[in-house]
Amino acid sequence: MSALRILVPIKRVIDYAVKPRVNKAQTAIETAGVKHSMNPFDELSVEESVRIREKKSYAGGVEDILAFSCGPPKAQDVLRTAMAMGADRGIHVEVKEGEEIEPLGVAKLLKAVVEKEKSNLVVLGKQSIDDDAGQTGQMLAGLLGWGQATQAAKVTFEGEGESARVLVEREVDGGTDVVRAKLPMVITTDLRLNEPRYASLPNIMKAKKKKIEKVSAEDLGVDVTKRLKTVKVIEPPPRQGGGRVDDVDGMIKRLKELGSL
Amino acid sequence: MTAQNPALRREVINIYKELLYLGREYPLGYDYFRPRLHKAFASKASLTDENEIRKGIERAQFVKKEIEALYYLKRYRTLRKRYDKVD
Repeated sequence: MSALRILVPIKRVIDYAVKPRVNKAQTAIETAGVKHSMNPFDELSVEESVRIREKKSYAGGVEDILAFSCGPPKAQDVLRTAMAMGADRGIHVEVKEGEEIEPLGVAKLLKAVVEKEKSNLVVLGKQSIDDDAGQTGQMLAGLLGWGQATQAAKVTFEGEGESARVLVEREVDGGTDVVRAKLPMVITTDLRLNEPRYASLPNIMKAKKKKIEKVSAEDLGVDVTKRLKTVKVIEPPPRQGGGRVDDVDGMIKRLKELGSL
Repeated sequence: MTAQNPALRREVINIYKELLYLGREYPLGYDYFRPRLHKAFASKASLTDENEIRKGIERAQFVKKEIEALYYLKRYRTLRKRYDKVD
């Protein structure tokens, strides 16, 4: 039986704690001089892959955990973090600073990498906290023709060899939804899947020895030209504060004015 | 300063460095974190008994775990607030 070859796509995004600002031209979010880190949902997927290996939850074992990132040269930092957390190696598809590849483009790149590396499980964050598109996983599953389980809250394996199945629990309104699927498959992670470990200093140092392969979109034979156009980026209107009423009569009067009574 | 036990001394320095590294993301800022960390270590500088030093290292390990948990929870709560509508 074949061991798992896990592909973990990650994205470098503006740190979750930073308040995003729209640039002056209203074309995008200001990224220069802003702290960046790995997309939190991707941390969950790295952690899950490493846990599958450590807990030996898949009978066939894990052969390889490959971290993938598509972004500016600095995206290497998040690849290093992923490798410090336990990924074996990295692939970096480099694009120019400030350029952003759409979910469809990324899904096509991932498809090419999956085919090249013979991955049989892709674990990715359900969305990135910068664009919140939440499309890449689904598009990739569609392009590959694989099964998919989105927003995983728990991942387990059963059976061996040909009868091996992946069980993915998902949190839905009013309960848990369980998806059972054959490998190969695509899983996207939800917030409560696990608690990502902290990439410690010694591990980051060790990760510097691991290899990052640099490729370009052309090397993979993928066309990543944009199909979408961003018309305008604006900040949401500031929240309106509530009003204060003096007594019950005042409140009833206000409610009547607002048409609630 | 003469170290009685070089291995132990290295351990102390390592955990100090790790804590410093963790402190870079401390919510109240590195400038808040660093002097306090330094003070905590300096206050134990006079320890000579090996067992006492080991206890100190254990405490540092504990603090490290606490800080990691703090970061995790902070991020988890922020994301939850952002993405899970709890009305």
